Amino acid sequence: MSASAPNKSRDPLLQVSGLQTWYPITQGMMRRRTGWIQAATDVAFEIAPGETLALVGESGCGKSTVGRSILRLENPQAGEVLFEGRDLLGLEAAELRAARQHVQIIFQDPMASLDPRMRIRDQIAEGMQSFGIGANEAERTDRVAALLERVQLDAAAMNRYPHEFSGGQRQRICIARALACEPRLIVCDESVSALDVSIQAQILNLLRELQDELGLSYLFITHDLSVVKYLAHEVAVMYLGRIVERGPTARIFESPAHPYTKGLLGAIPSIDPARRGAAPAVLGDVPSPSDPPPGCHFHTRCPVAFDRCKVEAPPLVKIEAGASRCFLSPDGTAIS
Amino acid sequence: MALLEVRDLRTAFPSKGGMTPVVDGVSFDLERGKVLALVGESGSGKSMTALSTLRLVPKPGRVTSGSVKLDGEELLSLPVTEMRRIRGGRIGMIFQEPMTCLNPVVRVGAQVAEAILLHESMSKADARSRARELFVEVGIPDPEERLDAYPHHLSGGLKQRVMIAMALSTRPEILIADEPTTALDVTVQAQILDLLRDLQQKRNAAILLITHDLGIVNELADRVAVMYAGRLVEMADRVSLLSDPLHPYTQGLLRSIPALSAPGEPLPEIPGVVPSPDQWPVGCRFSTRCPKRFEPCADQFPAESNPGVGRRVWCHAVAESAGEGAS
Repeated sequence: MSASAPNKSRDPLLQVSGLQTWYPITQGMMRRRTGWIQAATDVAFEIAPGETLALVGESGCGKSTVGRSILRLENPQAGEVLFEGRDLLGLEAAELRAARQHVQIIFQDPMASLDPRMRIRDQIAEGMQSFGIGANEAERTDRVAALLERVQLDAAAMNRYPHEFSGGQRQRICIARALACEPRLIVCDESVSALDVSIQAQILNLLRELQDELGLSYLFITHDLSVVKYLAHEVAVMYLGRIVERGPTARIFESPAHPYTKGLLGAIPSIDPARRGAAPAVLGDVPSPSDPPPGCHFHTRCPVAFDRCKVEAPPLVKIEAGASRCFLSPDGTAIS
Repeated sequence: MALLEVRDLRTAFPSKGGMTPVVDGVSFDLERGKVLALVGESGSGKSMTALSTLRLVPKPGRVTSGSVKLDGEELLSLPVTEMRRIRGGRIGMIFQEPMTCLNPVVRVGAQVAEAILLHESMSKADARSRARELFVEVGIPDPEERLDAYPHHLSGGLKQRVMIAMALSTRPEILIADEPTTALDVTVQAQILDLLRDLQQKRNAAILLITHDLGIVNELADRVAVMYAGRLVEMADRVSLLSDPLHPYTQGLLRSIPALSAPGEPLPEIPGVVPSPDQWPVGCRFSTRCPKRFEPCADQFPAESNPGVGRRVWCHAVAESAGEGAS
């Protein structure tokens, strides 16, 4: 079943289904497998061209694993990742390399993803060269200059090194580098989380402008729901490796269905001076993904859990505008 | 007299051209039983201000001038041994990353007991039972069992609760909390904020809260001081600051929070970046990014104006409009 996408008529750019990425836990010299970290299980979503899906959740929920699995930076055990109709998980190395041109990723820490000893020009041009963009060095240099200006940096920045820039500027460089390969999908993994709020606003505006201009799609991975509200068309909420709720952004924020989504939204400190001191709705800590609770993974922290939740895992069922993985309907009455 | 009085505090680090200031003339009062939030972005000097009051500025930096008085007693000139009694005694501390503050090879109960024994003489068994009481008070489930846990056995939220228990162990009058929930997930953060609010009321402790998050300010603070590039730019009670900010920087900071803006509209940005300490403007520090900048801003440091009860603002534009209102 699919969440109701605004662009039903158009084919999705990315279609993920049944994705499972588990990491083995090994022990001893023989690296005997003693268990699994169930980072992502049965993950399914779609992203329409020119749209943003936000994948949200707390640390350890598997959101980054999903992003990395799509690019095959991890090796999923099962599932399908259809990008423009082709399953990325089934591609041979050479085909995968070619396909990756159109799927780029921007990480949280730009300093860690830029080479400290390489000029900005060469870092941005590197990808172009390997995908045959630009006829020669001079042409690529011109293109680097244009890209830097597009992300509101001075073209002269190309002759400098990463340490000469601030955090926000470095993230602009990473965006320019991702754009150099003419992507259609960019995975943004906590790309604005390390930035101060005034700089974060600049980068969010830039990402939005680029989307409007170039028709880019984003898979926006974040723990920060306030950012999501601003940027995303659709939201998928993950908890302990599973998507627990999915739907259009406005519906998720106005009438969240799953108790976890409700708790997550309620936990964001408000800056409305009339609102403060709400009691926390979700208690305790996230259990370990190597030993998730039986039944519904969320039942140990759920304020409305009942006996069935402890033994039986609820399926992801279609609700009005989206889907939710809960035995209770959004208004609290039992379903299925 | 306020419980903690900070006056014209200046802290600097040596650099090529002499001393580069990072805290540059900060003054505030922390009242008994109240929560004062120091808010700012990275590089604003908020953490360095807190460390300066505790005399914990990392070398080679040092407090170059100013005064920090606890109950009227000057802390900056106190002998080192007495200062050590105050830190972790009358002033407790909680930091962002509990893992770096806990010893990984000592059971957490023993660490809390050790903190108690440093400041009070009692038997080890009594210290342990005090630690257990503290674990109950900060909401650690199965406290008896958790006393014998090592830090890596505990989740981030539980580790922060242990840190809070340790900070409370000597019944401090002041708690300095530097980004106490920044490393935590949002559902756990809500629990810790609830705990801090609860403890603060029960124990009537004063809290100096250092944070970059205005949402957390709203959850905990009574008064708020906004810092920018080593100086205070605005100070007010929580409600006034959040509902009627006066300094252009505070206004920009509040507006750039995505939660407030309508979907589809561009976010209001503060253009440019925070200048590094060696590039601070001579006049108002915010003048390079300020939308209301006019003639005196770049060259003259704005004097304090008081547009309302308990409100302090350092801005030429605010001072001018207040002057016009008066004439």
